[in-house]
Amino acid sequence: MSQDQQLDGFRDSTRKWVAANLPEGLKGKVLGMEGETETSLGADLQTWRALLAGKGWGAPTWPTQFGGGGLSHPEAKVISQEIAKAGGFNPIPLLTGMGTTMVGPTVLEYGTDDQKERHLPGIASGEVRWCLGLSEPNAGSDLASLATKATDEGDAFVLNGSKIWTSGADISQWCGAVVRTDNNAKKRDGISFVMLPMAQEGVSTKPIKLISGSSPFCETFFDDARADKADLLGDLNDGWSVVKRLLQHERQSQTSGSREANTDKETLADTAKRYVGEDSEGRLADADLRVRLANHLMDAKAHSLTVGRITAEARGNVEVSAAASILKNSATDVTQTRSELLLELMGSQGLGWEGDKFSEDELEHVRQWLWGKAISIYGGSAEVQKNIISKNILGLPETTQKG
Amino acid sequence: MAALTEEQSMVRDQAKSWATEQAPIGAFRKMRDSDNAERFEPQTWQSMVEMGWTGILVPEAFGGSDLGFLTFGVVLEELGRQLTASPLLASGLVGTSAILLGGNDAQQQALLPRLVDGSEILTLAVDEGPRHEPREVALAATAKDGGYVLSGDKTFVLEGMAATSFVVAARTSGTAGDAKGITLFVVPAGSAGLARKAIATMDNRGYASVSFDAVTLGADAVLGRVDDGFELLEQVLDRGRAGLGAEMIGTSSQAFDMTLEYLKTREQFGRVIGSFQALGHRAAELFSSIELARSCAEGALQTLDAGGDADTVAQMSSLSKCRVGDCLHRMSNQLIQIHGGIGMTDEFDAGFYLKRARALEATFGNRAYHRDRYATQLGF
Repeated sequence: MSQDQQLDGFRDSTRKWVAANLPEGLKGKVLGMEGETETSLGADLQTWRALLAGKGWGAPTWPTQFGGGGLSHPEAKVISQEIAKAGGFNPIPLLTGMGTTMVGPTVLEYGTDDQKERHLPGIASGEVRWCLGLSEPNAGSDLASLATKATDEGDAFVLNGSKIWTSGADISQWCGAVVRTDNNAKKRDGISFVMLPMAQEGVSTKPIKLISGSSPFCETFFDDARADKADLLGDLNDGWSVVKRLLQHERQSQTSGSREANTDKETLADTAKRYVGEDSEGRLADADLRVRLANHLMDAKAHSLTVGRITAEARGNVEVSAAASILKNSATDVTQTRSELLLELMGSQGLGWEGDKFSEDELEHVRQWLWGKAISIYGGSAEVQKNIISKNILGLPETTQKG
Repeated sequence: MAALTEEQSMVRDQAKSWATEQAPIGAFRKMRDSDNAERFEPQTWQSMVEMGWTGILVPEAFGGSDLGFLTFGVVLEELGRQLTASPLLASGLVGTSAILLGGNDAQQQALLPRLVDGSEILTLAVDEGPRHEPREVALAATAKDGGYVLSGDKTFVLEGMAATSFVVAARTSGTAGDAKGITLFVVPAGSAGLARKAIATMDNRGYASVSFDAVTLGADAVLGRVDDGFELLEQVLDRGRAGLGAEMIGTSSQAFDMTLEYLKTREQFGRVIGSFQALGHRAAELFSSIELARSCAEGALQTLDAGGDADTVAQMSSLSKCRVGDCLHRMSNQLIQIHGGIGMTDEFDAGFYLKRARALEATFGNRAYHRDRYATQLGF
């Protein structure tokens, strides 16, 4: 049987399983979208999560011994496609915070057997939510200048300092944090990566209210917080390698472009026509907007073709091109431009904050537009990505290091 | 670079080494400084024929290799890097596609083997004014004695001085602006009443104005269907546009490589200029735009190879021509800007790339043309 035939067989059985098991009440809903929460989705969500976890489909490509599905990447893709086709979603990545996308893959690579056994199954089943303590008030793009201090106290490190932009810190059970373990070494050489439980006296969090009105991020304070030595990930003072890898996983998860690309809502062009109208030949009535909309849709197409090209290259006989490195900025441009166009074409209906004058979609879009400004800041800002391209891909001299 | 088959990789390696060794930018400079009227070297064309590039799209039955558009694209990309002048795109891709798509058995048997062996150079004569607008074809083809009489003018005809025959878009009914009423004809360059005149363009390539003064043709000169030639014309043009996308990616890539090299070697203020973040970021942006544009160029060629329907091909060709055009436009300007004063000198090659860039951008529809076409195709 060829690979394709095997995949077709897997698709059939997946489709049947999803049809038989996806709770009716979850169809057409997504956790976190249009106000849906863990509470509003109720028991259906937990039932569906447990069923998926039972098959290892929270983290389909991880080894089965750590709660994964032991499947290939194409098979994992089939699973998400079939769940989406049935009108469902996979809640596990959403329930684990940074767990399935960033912490898990990094633990798989750098973790000891003991760490893998203790931490991965809880992520794969969607029961343990993780946050990451990376940025600090004075260490944003220049992450390596971080100052949170870890003191060696025998079995544990004792942490003092504060982290910022920790997504979901107030609702997470565990945190992965980069901390300074050597003050005398060069700044990148004195950093370690530790993991610690959030439910302890030395850890406190404070949500940050954003311009969009939501508070997905926190400040997190460590006052003599403890991280077991058994939870040091990677070698002591080699945390910079761990975090670089972690951020690669993050970029990987941020390259998909517009999050609405796969839904069957009306196209952006149709939305534009609905608000702006058309001329006698069916062209968008606003000629300037029409040009910019065409440019945007071309950018979006170029981005998705590039994602496809990189996938094809990875399987083919050409070296994986450097194109992968540009995808974060390209995805950001596409998403932010789309948001700006949508806001603009809605006219004054795109200025609402709350109330009956505005539709749910309009209000949701304003919040999304505001939230979208974060995309070019987090995960390495657009400027940091350009530094990476210019140094690592093009071989130009480093511009961010002193002397 | 797309995932290539072994055969495609071989063709690419062959094209790369041939172009850099036998037909590099220095050869173009020599040709520019000569009084060569055809604006390409005959031995360059002969070598291309011998390497089989004129047969890349042609079925084996007619002497070709039928390797497809992506293969043609990898060759054009290498030629675009060195600005190698030849009728390969005009005849091997555009003219040949016209015969493959619109030719009847007799026309294919008569022309395809000659197109493959290089003895026939067949080019498309479509534009009549300074802007590319195929619907505006006005050149009159009047039915007479079971045949046609052509009267009117064509301009900006690629390789028009070297062509041995032309595919002429003419009007058999309707008025300029109508899609209906356009018919394509194959017209030998030696026809009575046909005259041509070289156009001296800044990119020093072979363009001509061609005039038709009561050129008499038999009914067998019609390519495709009478009055319904517009769709065929667009399909031929879309193949040309996709080919231009590949050539322009080559030109952009070479301009980028030259710029990057300069950023790494030119010193000012006691350091290489590439260590300045303003230039490092600009290089990163240019690199990104070329990578994204490359996906569009290759996507258009792959759509043709996959036998995509005319609408999909049209969309992808416009995407490629526009996006690669945007990329080349910016890259060619930055090539000059980043090189500073030396970029302004004729002695240095940068100016060739800038001048060629604008001609490529304009050919078969500029960026604005294809942006508009893309929007129309998507229904807005």
